[in-house]
Amino acid sequence: MSAALSLSGITVTFTGDAAGKNYTAVEDTTLTVGAGEFVSVVGPTGCGKSTLLNIAAGLLAASAGDVRSLGQPLAGINRDAGYMFQADALLPWLSAFDNVALGLRYRGVDEASVRERVEAWLARVGLSAHANRYPHQLSGGMKKRVALAQMLILDPKILLMDEPFSALDIQTRQLMENELLELWSADRKSVVFITHDLEEAIALSDRVVVLSAGPATRPIGEFAIDLPRPRDVAEIRMTPRFVQLHTEIWSAMKDEVLKSYAQSQRA
Amino acid sequence: MSETATRADGMRRARGRLALYHVMLLGSVFAFWYLMTEPLLWSEEAARNTAFFFGKPLIVLEKIWLWFASGRIYEHLLITLIETLLAFALGTLGGLGIGLWLALSPTASALADPYIKALNAMPRVILAPIFAVWFGLGILSKVALGITLVFFIVFFNVYQGVKEVSPVVLNNARMLGANSRQLLRTVYVPSAMSWVFSSLHTSVGMAFVGAVVGEYLGSARGVGYLILQAEGSFDINTVFAGILVLTAFALALDSLVSLAERRLLVWRPAQGETEKL
Repeated sequence: MSAALSLSGITVTFTGDAAGKNYTAVEDTTLTVGAGEFVSVVGPTGCGKSTLLNIAAGLLAASAGDVRSLGQPLAGINRDAGYMFQADALLPWLSAFDNVALGLRYRGVDEASVRERVEAWLARVGLSAHANRYPHQLSGGMKKRVALAQMLILDPKILLMDEPFSALDIQTRQLMENELLELWSADRKSVVFITHDLEEAIALSDRVVVLSAGPATRPIGEFAIDLPRPRDVAEIRMTPRFVQLHTEIWSAMKDEVLKSYAQSQRA
Repeated sequence: MSETATRADGMRRARGRLALYHVMLLGSVFAFWYLMTEPLLWSEEAARNTAFFFGKPLIVLEKIWLWFASGRIYEHLLITLIETLLAFALGTLGGLGIGLWLALSPTASALADPYIKALNAMPRVILAPIFAVWFGLGILSKVALGITLVFFIVFFNVYQGVKEVSPVVLNNARMLGANSRQLLRTVYVPSAMSWVFSSLHTSVGMAFVGAVVGEYLGSARGVGYLILQAEGSFDINTVFAGILVLTAFALALDSLVSLAERRLLVWRPAQGETEKL
């Protein structure tokens, strides 16, 4: 399988806080995502997961290491990738329709075809009736659907997702996860999905990468998830294989979570 | 009657009652004014003295009525309005342009910072005589004064608006492929505009102050000029009439701003707002 996205030997050091101390968020990390592969990255809070994703997106430059997107070295913003943020990233002054249309309009697509494609995407995420609403008039789940459509309408080859559903309640979250899997299975993009929730990671992914506690985060384990697809994220949690995988990965993660907790207590 | 209808009805009644209280308050102020300036409660001399300093409400109202009935006031109101709107429009445009430029260019901002602070700290009303020399006694000198007042309000709000653009929204737009011109148009300007609109009430008020103060310091037309003329002949009733007309006018401008705000900022969540589906 050829790599859609490869990060090799990535180190990220942020310069100088007030005391002039450097902070190394990520150290010598190598991560490869195959074409059409769904990879989840899990790790304790504050371990530099988002930093890693920002490197892959080209929003942040690595201090050392090599980033390749579809085989090409990455310079500046990653044009092959779509990014879904943890926080609300919709433009609050644009309606749902205009938010979804944004990327196409940036590319200068003609207005008739924008209209047609946006309407199709709004229908696909079930928001046709709310096209003219502004983000503050939408519920948390609806906003995430708009964000999903906003990203997917540009048909990126790589999806970078930074705990996109962490702010949602558990029922909405499972609905969104299933929806994501359904949309993803239609054309199998490469996905990097960041989460701190191990169950979510296992339920969604082909592969789970576990990161160590920060600072100087690096991967400490990789687990192939051999659960059959299509999956229902709520039901698959009951299967024995899921429980087995969960136990296995959790035992690898536990020490890091405790370490990170101890650090946060000290700080 | 359904519960929501009852509540809407109750709210309408509460609003009606409040409006009634507003009118009653205004009425009692005028009644007090009237009593103090007529020889009813105290001696004729005391009433005359009060009337000398505060005018007589009935005469003031009569003056206003005559102004509007004869149409003499319209020319002056129009001039004041034109000055206000020009100062407001040009000051806002300037504040918007320069605010955006300085907020997005760290070098220019670092260079200009002390001068902007100094210009803002300066009491700008003292510029009025200078503007009168530069631009004459016509509307231009009043517009210039208004611009110096409006510019800084808008400038600081735009600057703040750009600085407070959410980094997540900005990154999202960049990931969606925005170039720097598109970022300016779809992220920075709308964000800055919401701050400009929240300062609109203040800046329209300031444009008005600029116009009237400018007229008062030297002019041949405008409501400020009417007041100045009346003051020159100790005609306190006309002064008060001018003040009342100006106040009503300022209120009208302010409600126009509220209307514009409601139409243009629909995307902004109001506090505790619920919406009918």
